[in-house]
Amino acid sequence: MTAPLLTIEDVAVELPTPRGNLRAVDHVDLSLQAGRTLGIVGESGCGKTMLSRAVLQLLPKKAKLTGRVMFDGEDLVRLEAESLRRLRGRDLAVVFQDPMTSLNPVLTIGTQLMETIQEHLELDAPAAKARSIELLAAVGIPAPEQRLAQYPHQCSGGMRQRIAIAIALSCEPKLLIADEPTTALDVTIQAQILDLLAREQRRRHMAMIIITHDLGVVAGRADEVAVMYAGRVVERAPTQALFKRMHMPYTEALLAAIPKLETAPHTPLPAISGRPPDPTRPLKGCSFAPRCNYAGGRCHEAKPVLTSAEMAEHLYACFHPIRMTEGIEA
Amino acid sequence: MLNFIVRRLLAMLPVLLAVSLLTFLIASLLPGDLALVILGDQATPENVAALRRDMGLDQPLWWRYLSWLGHVVQGDLGRSFRTGQTVLQAVAERIPVSLQLMLMAEFIGLLIGVPVAIACAARAGGAFDRFMTGSAFAMLSMPSFLTAILLIYLFAVELRWLPATGYVPFTEEPLANLRFFVLPALTLALAEWPGIMRVLRSDMIATLQEDYIALAKAKGLKPSRILFVHALKPSSLTLVTVTGINIGRLLGGTLIVESIFALPGIGRLLVGAIYTRDLVILQGVVLLVACGFVIVNFIVDMLYAVLDPRIRHGHA
Repeated sequence: MTAPLLTIEDVAVELPTPRGNLRAVDHVDLSLQAGRTLGIVGESGCGKTMLSRAVLQLLPKKAKLTGRVMFDGEDLVRLEAESLRRLRGRDLAVVFQDPMTSLNPVLTIGTQLMETIQEHLELDAPAAKARSIELLAAVGIPAPEQRLAQYPHQCSGGMRQRIAIAIALSCEPKLLIADEPTTALDVTIQAQILDLLAREQRRRHMAMIIITHDLGVVAGRADEVAVMYAGRVVERAPTQALFKRMHMPYTEALLAAIPKLETAPHTPLPAISGRPPDPTRPLKGCSFAPRCNYAGGRCHEAKPVLTSAEMAEHLYACFHPIRMTEGIEA
Repeated sequence: MLNFIVRRLLAMLPVLLAVSLLTFLIASLLPGDLALVILGDQATPENVAALRRDMGLDQPLWWRYLSWLGHVVQGDLGRSFRTGQTVLQAVAERIPVSLQLMLMAEFIGLLIGVPVAIACAARAGGAFDRFMTGSAFAMLSMPSFLTAILLIYLFAVELRWLPATGYVPFTEEPLANLRFFVLPALTLALAEWPGIMRVLRSDMIATLQEDYIALAKAKGLKPSRILFVHALKPSSLTLVTVTGINIGRLLGGTLIVESIFALPGIGRLLVGAIYTRDLVILQGVVLLVACGFVIVNFIVDMLYAVLDPRIRHGHA
């Protein structure tokens, strides 16, 4: 096995707040091979976006980051600003959640595409323009040449996200981080955007991290899934193994909360009751214990660590893992 | 875009009409009989009554307004009964001074305010930011006559680099003209830049929190490009507004600075008209200055559209 493209080693992020330090990411380890897809799943506030910002080194100024983020042989945490700048946009690209706010409203689409290309690739203006047109066509934008002179507000949300993807792909990155790329979009557009990302990922052989709150999004698209809760990775497995046999009660609860077509109308969804713990007041025991149906005395006393199941790649952090779940075919 | 311009131009008409009504009323409702002012204390009641009839002062107010407006629309703003000069002549004589002073003051003000604002916003909360925000506050609370006196003392009395007072037209001696204008313009600019700086700084700080700035960083753009292209343009709407207001205000002259530096500008013309009860000049100049203000605001609106395409396309 070759060295992974990205290794997140013991990364923790703390944000100072008036109520004390908030531990947004709590000692996370993850790795990703070149050309593979990792899905990071969890509910709002579980730290998945902070983790992606930690990889991109785009954390708020006051945030405190510890640990290492090894990308392509370099530690991004300790990389000097200029080298980091050359890396971002070229090898390391990102698509943000909301395309309504992630494109600059006062610059044309052409400018926003071409500036990235000309910053990192040695192309003159006409070549950069030609490449921009190619990219827009590749992400499925009709009449790409006319679009270059337009502004973001003249495009629909789905169009804007396609443009954001075109910008991300523009320099053939080795890793693309898609942070909830479809959350702000219409349901009808979501599948299109996800399929587009998957297709371009295969075609360009880039690695991808999809961050989402929807297990269904990663089901058919990620090679591996990491489930996050309260800043920690609580279960991590190859996608198929995870859906066949999930061990962490939280993962099961997340899956149960997705509405299914088979259920009769007016059946209440089995929502996860309660709220995630206050991140400024960490619990002594398992963070999920107060909401967990299986929690016993030990769960409130000590934190479970990630351990291997029957399969070495399948890790879970739970004292009372569910051994046999029905699971669905991924 | 053409549609936008026409809409804005039409919107100016009622404003101009209101401005004309207000200036007319202000001048007409001032206490004291104009005919009496002109004729002096020794006038007989018959003479006063005759002059009132000649000047139409015995007509009802609305009639006087309409006939005055009718003349104004044809470009006749009246004639001073003291000097015999028409309003347009008087203004044409003074406006180059006020215009030049305004332009130089705004230029210097922006030259100081904009770079300082960008530098502060880029490192908000840092030592430079705190120092400059404090200095801006200090400058803001300094009255212009004090600034003027300090500048005169330093540059005219001690260093002897620049003349303290005086004026020659630019067309006669360009260099001497500029030397006369440096200190008054600097005096005004020192009062202008703190406002410019504070407005732009806070808008820049807000813009730098935007998602598209995070994306610009993630794209690996140079910090200078992020600041000057991605952040400055969307942050400059309030700056343009403030600059427009400043320009409008300075168009009306700056009495204190003009007086201290002996510049024959609009401010001194207006005050002179008030002292001598030269109501025709007063009315005409106020109207012209107000029109200038409206036009500057129209230009500001146009600049909004240039800066933000969403306004241009009627989305915002």
